[in-house]
Amino acid sequence: MIKRSGYHGIPRWIYVIAAVGGLLMVLPLAAMLLRVNWPQFIPLITSESSLAALGLSLRTSAASTALCVVLGVPLALVLARGEFPGQRLLRSFVLLPLVLPPVVGGLALLYTFGRQGLLGKSLELAGIQIAFSTSAVVLAQTFVALPFLVVSLEGALRSAGSRYEAVAATLGARPTTVLRRVTLPLVLPGLASGAVLSFARSLGEFGATLTFAGSLEGITRTLPLEIYLQREVDADAAVALSLVLVAVAVAVVGLSYGRRRSSTPVEVQP
Amino acid sequence: MSATRKLLAALLVSAALAASLSACASGTTRPSTGSASPGSSISGEITVFAAASLKTTFMQLAKDFEVQHPGTKVTLSFAGSSDLVTQITQGAPADIFASADTKNMAKLADADLVEGTATNFATNVLEIAVPPGNPASISSFADLAKPGVKVVTCASQVPCGAATKTVEQAAGTALSPVSEESSVTDVLGKVTSGEADAGLVYVSDVKAAGDKVKGIPFPESDRAINTYPIATVGSSKNKELAAAFIANVTSEAGKKVLMDAGFGTP
Repeated sequence: MIKRSGYHGIPRWIYVIAAVGGLLMVLPLAAMLLRVNWPQFIPLITSESSLAALGLSLRTSAASTALCVVLGVPLALVLARGEFPGQRLLRSFVLLPLVLPPVVGGLALLYTFGRQGLLGKSLELAGIQIAFSTSAVVLAQTFVALPFLVVSLEGALRSAGSRYEAVAATLGARPTTVLRRVTLPLVLPGLASGAVLSFARSLGEFGATLTFAGSLEGITRTLPLEIYLQREVDADAAVALSLVLVAVAVAVVGLSYGRRRSSTPVEVQP
Repeated sequence: MSATRKLLAALLVSAALAASLSACASGTTRPSTGSASPGSSISGEITVFAAASLKTTFMQLAKDFEVQHPGTKVTLSFAGSSDLVTQITQGAPADIFASADTKNMAKLADADLVEGTATNFATNVLEIAVPPGNPASISSFADLAKPGVKVVTCASQVPCGAATKTVEQAAGTALSPVSEESSVTDVLGKVTSGEADAGLVYVSDVKAAGDKVKGIPFPESDRAINTYPIATVGSSKNKELAAAFIANVTSEAGKKVLMDAGFGTP
């Protein structure tokens, strides 16, 4: 048993329930590990279609994460620091994709950017076709991943407070300089973990992509869609690819948490 | 603050992982009608696992069966045939399996879970589905290969995609689809929403979609006839009732229900 000095206030029975909760998360992953056809593992995950799907997933997730940062940082700033009517409403809408079933998100995107959609017709006139393209995948991933970045960053902004910014402003720094030199460095860990979460969510995106973007090897068939398809014919390949997805997700999340834990609260250089 | 943030982050991560894959299955439970009549020798409950394309017809057939045999209850579960085979081999309590292709029935037989031999009860062929206005003016299979036509098909890994490949070869027309979906439903969805100019689905799917799509039959479709087999599952606890339900499906009345929905007879 772990002995710590002082009172840490956790009754023993809490550990029992926590263990059940932990098992619920870990057991399915362990069960999947047991199903992996290890001798065939490398050939299964290096088949042409698997590599195409993995490559597409990594590329689109990176693009979505970049888009999330570009759009999410201003959104989080406005939500955390701004004051305007409808702010609460905006926050609710930004958080909506977190609880929305992805298929619903896909349908909503279809009715917006699809050929018959709200913006689709104007886009088509402008020569831009989003349906069945890799852009549609990125759009779907950004839609579901953006809230993760906004939530993380808004939390970081709120807990960081704005004292340093106030000081910088009294010293004559313009708002953009304050943002660049003080605010963003202060919330960088929050931004980084938000970006990592967005990446992980983009990587796992399935429902919205399937509904909105379609499924074609190398263009729109990301790893989760490939797993869904492989499951029809080759359970071994589906399990092997699932493991790859889990491994990438664990690596990405582990990487960010490892770094977060080792970093001390940010000191602002004068 | 750090603890709360960490907790929130952990929750978000698990949400992200949980959302990464979702499988769908739908089930319908129908209530028992009436009580057992003294004349009927069969009674009890059975669960029928049927391919998703059989949803409308099997709901009708189960209803008719329950009316004809008071005291019986038929529970239906619909999903893709390969999902259903996986579920049955993993111990799902099914009494009957109705597959959309012979390959998945063979998989179940390989697992020693088919009682006797399967009976072929219906056939289905491909048809071109276009949005109501037929914006790309499709009138033949060859039209699907015209430049600029957005065609959606099933991926070759699933039965409807394998049939598509066969028809392509028979017609001598190679398609370059903009998307290869993993189910007929997804193909149909792309057509009904107007995203695609045309899709290749089964005749019964076009019929079930009503006026949301227009069906265009083509002669090459008879080169890839899909056969639907049905069988009692080996682990069934009520094989007598299961056999009676299968007899109902293969009866003249059963055939009529299937033919009205666009299916052919084997």
